[in-house]
Amino acid sequence: MIWPNDMVVHLMTLKAISQKAIFLILACWLLSLPAFAISPGEAFDDDKLEARARALSMELRCMVCQNQSIDDSDAPLAADLRRLLREQIKAGKSDDEILDFIEDRYGEFALLKPRFDIKNAPLWALPFLLVIIGIFFMRSFFRNAPKIKQD
Amino acid sequence: MITESGHFAMILAFCVALLQSTLPLYGAQRERQAFIDMAVPAAKLQFILLLWAFAVLTVKFVQSDFSLWLVTANSHADKPFIYRLTGVWGNHEGSMLLWILMLAAYGAGIAQFGKSMPAALKARVLGVQGIIGVLFLAFSLFTSNPFSRLISPPFEGSGLNPILQDPALAVHPPLLYAGYVGFSLAFSFSVAALMSGKISPDWAKWVRPWTLLAWLSLTLGIAVGSFWAYYELGWGGFWFWDPVENASFMPWLAGTALLHSALVTARRNTLHSWTMLLAILTFALCIAGTFLVRSGVLTSVHAFATDPTRGVFILMVLGVLVGGALLLFAMRAAGLSSADKNVPFHPVSREGALILNNVFLASATATVFLGTIYPLVIDAFGLGKISVGAPYYNAVFVPLITPLLLLMPIGPLSNWGRSDVSPVIKKLAAAGVLAILGGLTVLVMTSEHQGGAALGVGLSMWLMLGALVDLSKKIRFDTTPLAQLPKKLIKLPLQQWGSILAHGGLGVMILGIIGTTAWRSEVVQAVTPGAEMDISGYAVTFEGETSVAGENYTAEQGVFSIKRGGQKIAELKPEKRFYTVERQSTTEAAILKNLAGHLYIVIADETVSDGVVSRVVRIWYHPLVAFIWIGGLIMALGGVAALTRREAQLISDKTN
Repeated sequence: MIWPNDMVVHLMTLKAISQKAIFLILACWLLSLPAFAISPGEAFDDDKLEARARALSMELRCMVCQNQSIDDSDAPLAADLRRLLREQIKAGKSDDEILDFIEDRYGEFALLKPRFDIKNAPLWALPFLLVIIGIFFMRSFFRNAPKIKQD
Repeated sequence: MITESGHFAMILAFCVALLQSTLPLYGAQRERQAFIDMAVPAAKLQFILLLWAFAVLTVKFVQSDFSLWLVTANSHADKPFIYRLTGVWGNHEGSMLLWILMLAAYGAGIAQFGKSMPAALKARVLGVQGIIGVLFLAFSLFTSNPFSRLISPPFEGSGLNPILQDPALAVHPPLLYAGYVGFSLAFSFSVAALMSGKISPDWAKWVRPWTLLAWLSLTLGIAVGSFWAYYELGWGGFWFWDPVENASFMPWLAGTALLHSALVTARRNTLHSWTMLLAILTFALCIAGTFLVRSGVLTSVHAFATDPTRGVFILMVLGVLVGGALLLFAMRAAGLSSADKNVPFHPVSREGALILNNVFLASATATVFLGTIYPLVIDAFGLGKISVGAPYYNAVFVPLITPLLLLMPIGPLSNWGRSDVSPVIKKLAAAGVLAILGGLTVLVMTSEHQGGAALGVGLSMWLMLGALVDLSKKIRFDTTPLAQLPKKLIKLPLQQWGSILAHGGLGVMILGIIGTTAWRSEVVQAVTPGAEMDISGYAVTFEGETSVAGENYTAEQGVFSIKRGGQKIAELKPEKRFYTVERQSTTEAAILKNLAGHLYIVIADETVSDGVVSRVVRIWYHPLVAFIWIGGLIMALGGVAALTRREAQLISDKTN
């Protein structure tokens, strides 16, 4: 197990008797994020490129954290990914190319926004389908109800 | 001895719950008055017993009695008094006891205040509450007993996670639980109605106040939790779409839908089956949230966070309660709601808007649920591992919720039964024009022509102005002479403020969300004393750092002086704390707060380059961010106001 913060592991042995689900979930989630993500010197000087890098970092998962983007995480692996990302931007690749590159390397797990593909179709379609179904039901409800008298 | 009395009280409460869950239900079914009459005293007795158990546990935490395993594992004698107290619910077992205590409190509340309810209905509601009580007491006693003793007590406990040693986190769980557990009453009312096979016209009227109470507690609980995450985690975010947060957001969305559908049911005596289904599902989501957070299913990557026994137990509870309720619903709902069909309905009406509201809120709830469990499903089918994070929710939620927000000011202004479109449009025209202008201004003025921010500002203004239009309609602004207006405002019944505050509050909250997400600025720098950084009109000087010591921690404290227009206006002292007992560090942000925005400073590690030691500093400016929580507070106040609606008023509303 790779941990962003070896303290977590240390803690585990130390507090072995108090391993209770909720607070450890909370603890490891929180301990993996003591404040610092991007460190000084990482950023591009060019504001436009930097904005792109930040936007992309927010879409990539820190692989060793709890549901955290590499933009928010200070895990070494997240820093590596940020560096990788910036190298790719510097090499002139487009956002899509970079996401593809990272997906090839780390798998779809690295993308916080799942791809639009057949496997994820329910994820993307269901919310809107539900609204349509709901409105359809609503219409039939109104249709079956007796009409209110026009005054 | 006292410890054992607490434990014993809990076991007794379990026995009482067993009685409460069987005899009154049997009595109500067979019309045996003696059994029906048992419900009220049983509910009260259960509450008293659990209050005793909870009080005992609290005393033990305050006394730091390390012969209790729970106290040893989660407390420390050197902890400040307040955190020894709140440490009671700063752990799984204690928080479960609080959960159950609140469940019993709601039951006792019905027993005490539900005087106008028919005895049989009350017996059924309390009976169902008893069933929930039995299941959760069994869960607590058999899998997570807070009163377990240690054979050889240690001299000192291992302390409480420092990030939980915080005033906001002290009140966050009780508020959240008051919300979760409060929805149990809506559930019990639904199951009671399904059991009896008939539904009283006043049914929704009895459900709604308890649902309001649950909703406003949950609203406050989520707001406090979000505020805590904002200042304590040290990176300035306020909502992370984390599974644990989603676990509280789903019941909130469903509960909001329930509040609105119960309004239709109370007022128009229809839509019963949907309201009942929603009540069952809302409470199901509350239990599912409890399950998701405690079982470790969602964090299966963490080997140590899983506790399969507890997870399976809660899953069984969920299966029994929700499965049973849904089965009952499938069997009985059609017969119960046959009366619904005789109510005339017109789509362009207040109820039409409320039902459309339910379509969107239910879809939004399902979306959060889908996003939370979809990775598990994909994984279970062997289709790989995917992540569903904030970018997904942002992409789906905005188009899903925007129509709902557009609808929000229209609903309260339309009439029940049948509404004409033109007067509503006329009333809202000015608000609409202003909101569009506001959005366009943002679009034109911002450097990158931020479409999202423009939409957000427009929607926020639409909601706030819509709430004002709602108010002006309620005080008959256009026909009242100016001099009479203050009197009218004061005389406006409190309950009328409900929708104004709740809807307007959401507008205020959206303003805050847009402000900080669209216009936040940030400086990250490694600095030595004397360094000056500029951010959003503030000049921040790093003066140096000192070591300080708190009651149970030591800290490195950075000192920053803040200047604005050459004038020194404040000094901020963010800390990096080290809690000596728990051997954990936390970052304490220092925040200069005002309504226009927050200047937010945190310090991180030292870095050494070319032999010079410098401190990594991160500074944010979060414009308008305070409005997020101010908005939440206003929404909750709306709930309080709506709660003042008396039963009598609802009946008279219905007849006029």
